[in-house]
Amino acid sequence: MAILTPISRKPLQFVLPILAAVGAILGLLVGTSNGNSLGGLVIGALGFTGLSLAAIKLPIAEKAARWIIVFVFAIGGYMLANLALGLLGLMVGAFTGWFVYWLYEGRYRAKLLPYLTPSQVLWHYTFRMICGAIFFFLISPIIVVMPLSFNAQDFFTFTEKMLALDPEGYSLKHYADFLGIRYDSNGEWIRSFWNSLIIAPLATMISVSLGTLAAIGLSQSHVPAKRAIMAILISPMIVPLIISATGMFFFYAKMGNFLEGTVGLDKDFVGYIKVVLAHAVLGIPFVIITVTATLVGFDRSLTRAAASMGAGPVTTFFRIQMPLILPGVISGGLFAFITSFDEVVVVMFIGSASQKTLPWQMFLGLREQISPTILAVATILVALSIALLATLEILRRHSERLRGMTPT
Amino acid sequence: MTDQSSTQPILAADGVPLKKSLSRALRRQKMRALLLISPLLIFVMLTFILPIGNMLFRSVQNDIVSNIMPNTVIALQDWMPDGDTLPDETVFEAAFYDLFVAAKAKEHTKLGTRLNYEQTGISSTFRKSGRGISKPGKALAKDMAGIDKSWSKAATFDALFNARSGGTRSGGADTTLLRAQRDRLNQLKGKDYKGDIGFAPSLEMAMALPMASREYTYWALFMALEKDKDFKKGKVSEAIYVALADDLTNPALADRIAGLTGPDAELIQKTAAAFRDRPRISYTDLMLGVNENWGNPMVWETIKLHSPAYTGGYFLNAVDMRKTLEGPAIQPENKQILIILFQRTLKMSLIITVSCILLGYPVAWLLANLPVRVSNLLMILVLLPFWTSLLVRTSAWKVMLQQQGVINEVLVWLGIVADNNRLEIINNQFGTIVAMTHILLPFMILPMYSVMQTIPPSYMRAAKSLGATNWTAFWRVYFPQSVPGIGAGSILVFILAIGYYITPEIVGGTEGVFISNRIAYHISSSLNWGLAAALGAILLAVVLVLYWAYDKIVGIDNVKLG
Repeated sequence: MAILTPISRKPLQFVLPILAAVGAILGLLVGTSNGNSLGGLVIGALGFTGLSLAAIKLPIAEKAARWIIVFVFAIGGYMLANLALGLLGLMVGAFTGWFVYWLYEGRYRAKLLPYLTPSQVLWHYTFRMICGAIFFFLISPIIVVMPLSFNAQDFFTFTEKMLALDPEGYSLKHYADFLGIRYDSNGEWIRSFWNSLIIAPLATMISVSLGTLAAIGLSQSHVPAKRAIMAILISPMIVPLIISATGMFFFYAKMGNFLEGTVGLDKDFVGYIKVVLAHAVLGIPFVIITVTATLVGFDRSLTRAAASMGAGPVTTFFRIQMPLILPGVISGGLFAFITSFDEVVVVMFIGSASQKTLPWQMFLGLREQISPTILAVATILVALSIALLATLEILRRHSERLRGMTPT
Repeated sequence: MTDQSSTQPILAADGVPLKKSLSRALRRQKMRALLLISPLLIFVMLTFILPIGNMLFRSVQNDIVSNIMPNTVIALQDWMPDGDTLPDETVFEAAFYDLFVAAKAKEHTKLGTRLNYEQTGISSTFRKSGRGISKPGKALAKDMAGIDKSWSKAATFDALFNARSGGTRSGGADTTLLRAQRDRLNQLKGKDYKGDIGFAPSLEMAMALPMASREYTYWALFMALEKDKDFKKGKVSEAIYVALADDLTNPALADRIAGLTGPDAELIQKTAAAFRDRPRISYTDLMLGVNENWGNPMVWETIKLHSPAYTGGYFLNAVDMRKTLEGPAIQPENKQILIILFQRTLKMSLIITVSCILLGYPVAWLLANLPVRVSNLLMILVLLPFWTSLLVRTSAWKVMLQQQGVINEVLVWLGIVADNNRLEIINNQFGTIVAMTHILLPFMILPMYSVMQTIPPSYMRAAKSLGATNWTAFWRVYFPQSVPGIGAGSILVFILAIGYYITPEIVGGTEGVFISNRIAYHISSSLNWGLAAALGAILLAVVLVLYWAYDKIVGIDNVKLG
């Protein structure tokens, strides 16, 4: 954004108290952790102010001064505790260097409207900080599990060695346990992962094929009892999972008995059929919603044009309609996939041990024997969801380009 | 236009009146749409809607009492409980045979468990009675074998009662009795047995020894159909000896027994002579000998009270009430947990929804007002948790919140919290609220964001140029326009929160669990499926009302994902 307001240097009686307050807070934190809060507060306030004053007043170029501040904080952190704190000091130093000049040179005013009052400026940045804290709340639990999954100990928390960035504190043993190649692993994790990889795509295929057909039907101009049909098809998403699970529990128990007893199918095979069908139902609302949303923007004259050129309904569907709604179908399929891949309540009620999926195994791991392998699995799943997110974003852009919208 | 053309119907190109042609086209279009929808609709109806309806039906279904003790239930109809008189002999008679039959079929403990929900301790009465119910019959069997050894053989009974064994009996077969006993077995086991087992009760014997005929007929059917064994070999059940002793000591039957002819009449008459001096069998005494609890009128009251095939009792239980003779009553203090659980579920869902609004509103506002390039980047921070597995997020919160977890470690390291006085922020309501707020926050931000995107920023500027302060401009101009987003997000979050199961189960301990966890407990641990169904029905009703409101406010067609 262009500079909206001309900036000017701020007087020291404005800058110094703020810097002193920031220093006091930092000092208080460091002081408390070393057992002397008051000393930390005073030293922090004085030291921070002094350092900033020196940076501002001494004839050093801004760049050099900022590097010096970074260096001071990094060394300070390293001397106080360990390498990890040194790295933290490095970051705090970088922030301090930037903050001092940002405040003193009045750069904080540059991108704001000229007529704002000082209290409005203050609120602007307070609001940004609040939002930053909320984003931190959203993302930090997911970030925290990643380094912990490389823990060499069987702990759920950072060890001394990890904080010291000692390579001995880190290992891939939890990943080895997940893959079933560690000496003491029982292979349950990888087996449940394979189960998830079998069940989810099959369930997705059923919900996508039936759901796409139904969504096309629903988007026709004259559908009798459209609202009621829509309500029924969406209901698996609305009904609390525990109720769906108990309902299906009784139904699939009966169906399983029938298939095993009367038809004479293999017990494991029937188990997979039950779980796949149950997951397919749960995924259907997502397919319906995404595909109907894509069909809303679908230009009907295209099918008429195809028909007028002699294409039959089947040809029209596969050559005209399908390519255009494909992004919606795929993203609906991704939703259905993740619903099945992530589902634990229903599968616990209707599946047996041989259909144990990855979320089920995680649930057991969390509730009974708490195993750090969960963190390794969590990290892998986060990587998977990042991949999914990226795919969806690419699809969205592709879809908008297809429909002639400008990508945003 | 001429007069003629206005009276004549307008014709389509193929000569059919246009109106007809149009309506035909419309009908065809409707049919095609329905044809496309129908596979999925049938699939969802069959594997989702019907099973749930079936499950909810269990909340009023109560045929277990009348299926397992059918004759007792009928006999109890005439009994008016007043608190201290016991039912009369006919009830005890019916109960003795019902219980015996149920114990042989291993169904009596089910009934005991069912009635134990209503009166604690009754299941042990049923269990103990099931073990002791053969004793009286055993003693009588010994006595009879002492009179004539052939009484200990099943073949003797077949020769006596089977109209089809040799055809020596006069009067033919009692098909009514056979059908009635087959129905009794089918009702007890919930099966649909048909077919001939090579047995038909003799009409003559059914007149002379009615009780013994009845019990033997049932036993023959039970052995042949349920156990798949030969009823002519081995021994017969103990209840038959009790029934036989009852018939032989019954003065009303003495003439008929004396009038019996045929090869086995002698055996019966010999035994009847030996039993002549014995007092008539008293089923009340028999039952009290089996278990003294049958002398407690409360037990009979409970059976009578819960004998109807449909009951509102589970729904009463679900709101901490119970069925009594005087109508619905409040449960005793120590059993009142469900209302508290419902209140807690609603309260915590509300707290979670409000926290989501408070945390989601600023973020949604920021996302809607930043340049697209920046807001798309920040959107990743919202969408990544949204796309991350629920179990991953829940385990992350377990890692963060536990006693040795990241938050406590950081606080201890900073010296804010003493090492021996770590915060208890997991396995309680706080843990559930924090974790679920985090998990549901994207569901609040996304609808809010899509509404706020449509509010033109110029409105706020216009308000300010007209002299409004920042607060007034926000509160009077911006906020009212963003209310639909808050409404949509709130209902969505509330619906999702109220039915949550996994996260409260893992981070909620005992204090932070929801009604869903109770439903799961009743389905898989206590096996009180009726109560689970009633709780589920109430929860579903709340959710459907909210869903209806959501549909009214937002429209289910307008739900957007991602």
